[in-house]
Amino acid sequence: MQEMTYRDALRQCIIEEMDADPEVFVMGEDIGRYQGTFRVTQGLFEKYGGDRIIDTPIVEPGFTGIAIGAAMTGLRPIVEMMTMSFSILALDQIINHAAKIHYMTGGQASVPLVVRGPGGAANQLSAQHSHSIEGWYAHVPGLKVVAPATAEDAYGMLRTAIRDNNPVIFTENPGLYSIKGEVNIGEGVSVLFGKARIAREGTDITLVAYSRMVHVSLAAAEKLAEEGISCEVVDVRSLLPLDTETIFNSVRKTHRAAVVYEDWKSGGFGSEIASRINENCFDDLDAPVGRVGGLNVPMPYTRNLELECIPNDSDVIDAIRKLI
Amino acid sequence: MAKPAHINKQESPANLEKYYRQMLEIRAFETRCNQIYRSGKAGGYLHVYIGMEALAVGWINSIKVGYDYVITAYRDHAQPLLMGSDPVKLFAEIMGRKDGYSQGKGGSMHIYDLERNFFGGWGIVGGHTPLGAGLAFAAKYRKEDRVTICYLGDGASNAGVFFETLNMAALWNLPVIFIIENNEFAMGTRLEYHAADTELYKRGLPFGIKSERVDGMDVLQAKEDAQRIVDWVRTNQKPYIVEIMSYRFAGHGAADNDRQLYRTREEEIENEKRDPIARLEKFMKSNNIMTEEKMEAIREEIEDWADAKLEEADKSPFPDVQDVYDHVYTDMEPEKGH
Repeated sequence: MQEMTYRDALRQCIIEEMDADPEVFVMGEDIGRYQGTFRVTQGLFEKYGGDRIIDTPIVEPGFTGIAIGAAMTGLRPIVEMMTMSFSILALDQIINHAAKIHYMTGGQASVPLVVRGPGGAANQLSAQHSHSIEGWYAHVPGLKVVAPATAEDAYGMLRTAIRDNNPVIFTENPGLYSIKGEVNIGEGVSVLFGKARIAREGTDITLVAYSRMVHVSLAAAEKLAEEGISCEVVDVRSLLPLDTETIFNSVRKTHRAAVVYEDWKSGGFGSEIASRINENCFDDLDAPVGRVGGLNVPMPYTRNLELECIPNDSDVIDAIRKLI
Repeated sequence: MAKPAHINKQESPANLEKYYRQMLEIRAFETRCNQIYRSGKAGGYLHVYIGMEALAVGWINSIKVGYDYVITAYRDHAQPLLMGSDPVKLFAEIMGRKDGYSQGKGGSMHIYDLERNFFGGWGIVGGHTPLGAGLAFAAKYRKEDRVTICYLGDGASNAGVFFETLNMAALWNLPVIFIIENNEFAMGTRLEYHAADTELYKRGLPFGIKSERVDGMDVLQAKEDAQRIVDWVRTNQKPYIVEIMSYRFAGHGAADNDRQLYRTREEEIENEKRDPIARLEKFMKSNNIMTEEKMEAIREEIEDWADAKLEEADKSPFPDVQDVYDHVYTDMEPEKGH
């Protein structure tokens, strides 16, 4: 075990995978000579050179398409999006091409591609750099979509993503890059997709969250514990595939649930989770499933407005009080 | 302008017969595709290659089939047919049958035969061009001397992603040949109404990509151009653009019965005089390479061949309904049910 930041855990995994497999490479904007906007790829250009750490022009559709074509021959590209907001430009390549190739070819071709990068609000990046669009991707059959909340999961899930033969959207909330955690590193360490994690055990209500909202939910749970309210926090980790069994089992134990997500509340992935709980656990519920999501507005620039948009522990506590 | 077409008399009689047979096979195959569409055995969209056969024959005969990479858009039956794909499996895919290359999941617009490095088969105009560059990227990454041929239409030459791709292909010296099949129409919009500069080969000039415009209605010319350019790209490891002047005799797609909304019958008749098959027949006859009787025998033989392949494909069942869940992922099933 080693203490490291979420950012360093990602880099550590990339290094180990590039060392293990010469067919793994990284491409994206400013990932090489500039060392990466969020420094995940820091030092890699010096270590591997420009043939494997490939600086691209600022053209997401083009370079994502090139990575997909390369992946169809068996190469294993890791495409870094400078922010997931920019991956919107590449939606055609990701959704119309990567996600459907295995199906359209009747299983002849596969796309072992990872598209990773920061998704969600950072500090005052405003409307066009702050999207949480993992829910859009989790809508698409053929993609896998993950959103690790801890350094340990960042390391273990990136390994699984790189070795996966399907296209994986790997979203990293920029607010997580500097958090630290104990990480068990090494060749055999990975975190499989489709298995949620109980981040905190509790008995009165289940909070379902992923990525940075896991930490917000844990903070809320901590405060409510002082009042004697016991929250169970389920870290979804993997949106597609989604481990509904762990979520449902928790709800059947606590009989109440709220979903916490940074994405726009309306139509965000939390709505999907809430629907599934309703469909499957209706008889177990003592209250409607609550939702705490981002405000349905474009992300504003100024700090107090930005903070208003993103759910915080007080927002979660307010929601829980209404449900208990 | 297109270079003046000429006939390369260096080709052996055996090669001439081969090209003749190949063009006839494409036409016989495509004629039946139109028929099965009209009879309701094929649905969706279906785009045939009639009139453009020389573009496929000249180029596929100039690459190392099974080694080099080939990718195209939705007008995608001719290339795999030439690359040795099973015509029964091709017909079966177009009819949505279980024995098709994608077991009925792709249809006419999404033909793939990866065993032969034929990578499709794409329905988003211009969207496949970076994939073509990606195939070339893979060859370069692995230090292999494979060449990638990426076909696109004149309509796709306007796509932004194509320009992005050209920039990276030039920047990274990717061994990819972009063949702009200029059949004069982006669906039903004539070249001069969709392209500010109708000399499409110039698309590569801002990036320093070698490019030229050639005639695509003469198979021998196409073969000569193709071999020269494929060899150059393999040796020099750089991209290349070829604009090939052609004309599709059929509509954009099989459902396109109103093609005289955007062109006249007179224009069609005038262009049909450029028919690459008739042109080769004329050349072989006037040079005493093949008699009319021999040609007629070959035509009949190929018509019979196409009938037999279609008949066999028609015996293939439709997929089981449960197969709908196969091949969404390599290692797991999607959630089931409505």
